Amino acid sequence: MNRRNFIQMAGLAAGAGLSSFSILARAGEVLPKKGRRVVVVGGGYGGTIVSKYIRMSDPSIEVVMIERNKTFVSCPFSNLVIGGSRDLKDNMITYDKLEAKHGIKVIYDEVTGIDVAAKQVKVGAGTISYDRLVLSPGIDFRFDELEGYDPVETPKYMPHAWKAGEQTLRLRKQLVDMADGGTVVLSVPVTPFRCPPGPYERISQIAWHLKNHKPKSKILVLDANPDIVSKGPLFKKAWEKHYKGIIEFHAGNKVVKVDHKAMMVDTGVEEVKGAVINVVPPQKAGAVAYMAGVVGEDKKWCPVNQVTFESTIVPNVHVIGDACSAGAMPKSGYSANSQAKVCALNVVQLMNGKEPIPPSHVNVCYSYVTDKEAISVSAVYKVAEGKTIAVPNSGGVSPDLSELEGVYAHSWIKNILHEMSS
Amino acid sequence: MKPMGIAAIIGGCFMIQMPVWAESPSQAAMLSNTCAGCHGTNGSSVGPSMPTIAGMPEVYLLDTMKKFKSGERPSSIMGRLAKAYSDEEIKMMVDFFVKHPFGREKQDVDAAKVAIGKQIHDQRCKKCHMDNGRDSEDSGILAGQWKEYLQISMHEFRSGKRKMPEKMAEKIEGEGKLTPAEVEAVIHFYASQQ
Ligand SMILES: Cc1cc2nc3c(=O)[nH]c(=O)nc-3n(C[C@H](O)[C@H](O)[C@H](O)COP(=O)(O)OP(=O)(O)OC[C@H]3O[C@@H](n4cnc5c(N)ncnc54)[C@H](O)[C@@H]3O)c2cc1C
Repeated sequence: MNRRNFIQMAGLAAGAGLSSFSILARAGEVLPKKGRRVVVVGGGYGGTIVSKYIRMSDPSIEVVMIERNKTFVSCPFSNLVIGGSRDLKDNMITYDKLEAKHGIKVIYDEVTGIDVAAKQVKVGAGTISYDRLVLSPGIDFRFDELEGYDPVETPKYMPHAWKAGEQTLRLRKQLVDMADGGTVVLSVPVTPFRCPPGPYERISQIAWHLKNHKPKSKILVLDANPDIVSKGPLFKKAWEKHYKGIIEFHAGNKVVKVDHKAMMVDTGVEEVKGAVINVVPPQKAGAVAYMAGVVGEDKKWCPVNQVTFESTIVPNVHVIGDACSAGAMPKSGYSANSQAKVCALNVVQLMNGKEPIPPSHVNVCYSYVTDKEAISVSAVYKVAEGKTIAVPNSGGVSPDLSELEGVYAHSWIKNILHEMSS
Repeated sequence: MKPMGIAAIIGGCFMIQMPVWAESPSQAAMLSNTCAGCHGTNGSSVGPSMPTIAGMPEVYLLDTMKKFKSGERPSSIMGRLAKAYSDEEIKMMVDFFVKHPFGREKQDVDAAKVAIGKQIHDQRCKKCHMDNGRDSEDSGILAGQWKEYLQISMHEFRSGKRKMPEKMAEKIEGEGKLTPAEVEAVIHFYASQQ
């Protein structure tokens, strides 16, 4: 059912007998609430899954999922697009089957405000009421920590491509267009950020492109962290094996200033110029988390009850995915998927007056170091004394780089995107 | 165009009443749901190197997890993950996946290989992999399993990385030892089952 039908229906219901006052009050309701309802903001790795698993666990609860885009573009596997071995179209999903098979009501709109007292979400077309709200908005950027960074202009010259889509393709095009002999500069922000191994996978993919198409070029990395943040020894092994002389890695170098006109970044110690520059900006929870007032004291991420993912600040608002702090879990697509399922089951428990169930999570992250070879890290997470911890004596990284890891990674992306879209 | 639009809207309304697989929250679902990130919702995979684990015999799944945990069965991810679960937790997860139906996707197969594979299956495999590989007491369900996964598994078996069950070794490596082409044909046969 489309939005106009619902508005018309709302009008009919109102005309049928409510007072003129309530007609006015309800005129803005996009989808008048009849039964118990969960509103989910975001149709990405977390939002799709929490919507689907609530419906699978208790079909008597209505789920309204609000997402600004009709097509979702996956960040996982977008580094392969930048390297040139994958088509971005293969990273895209739509929501029609979630609507048809699971009865999720998808509203394509921008969330512009959240009134937690009235339990209402504001979208362009009006308001949507909830009993419980789940936020999975992903990340936004702390551009203010980069002097000279213009959020609109700078990414046109220096795409961050840390949300997949147009910028992914722009960065790819810049690499293809760059003259052989040019230097690519990539900067990594201080952790925590979306996808800890992501920058190093991207460095590998750019190096792979340079090795095969621009042999006189190199990539210079300025990493704000003391060392590679994730799978360090394996990335170093891969770089030694495949990209000797192509990757120049500088740890402990934090970019503090950018100049997109001069194509230059500044670490405060040194100015570095590049033919292509990929600044990965420092990050924070998506804007809707600030609208709901669920961002913690660090002013970046959302503290949540680790069993239910309910905000520790605002009741009836749950936060999952990159935007939340989930103890030892990294900010990954798999983590968001896993948190979404834990949240879904426990939202259903809470709405049915039952005890929450102790969580169990998995995270598996693959990174490609060439077009075919990959490495992985995996772990199982549980909650102990209110904290999410990796189960001891399990998990860990792959013993080596291998094509078999790459073969498994390909099936992972198929399954996880299928889970999100069917 | 208009009448179709109305039909779609009505259809949509009916669908809303009937989501697939309603399953109340439980500890078993809590443990198992997260596996679906790789193995597909409720254990039916759409990725060709990840096996479907739904609808497997209980004995087989329990034994598989035990062997991943001990390292007896080689793996990339599964050994690392299996170590995190207690025997009781593994039992709950196995019970969860056993009761879900094995979902089958259409796969690319070679008709000539399927025919040869069917003969070999009938001669050597059907005692344990019953009903064209759809049923078994204690071995994996092979009918409709992913070709790529079966190829990886057979490579592990034949290269000696993974130990074949005795009866299987007898049928494959014993008298009239199967050639790689014959093994490939049997794989096509199972992959062709819908
Ligand atoms: C280069 C790169 C590679 C990665 N590789 C991997 C990988 O291999 N494996 C892995 O597990 N993870 C990987 N990740 C991490 C993964 O992308 C994120 O962890 C994951 O997307 C988080 O899910 P989420 O639901 O929190 O956010 P998202 O998936 O980003 O979803 C958020 C959704 O909310 C919508 N939204 C936000 N605000 C509003 C609003 N106001 N109104 C309406 N809609 C809104 C957005 O449009 C978006 O669709 C990678 C990330 C990057 C950048």
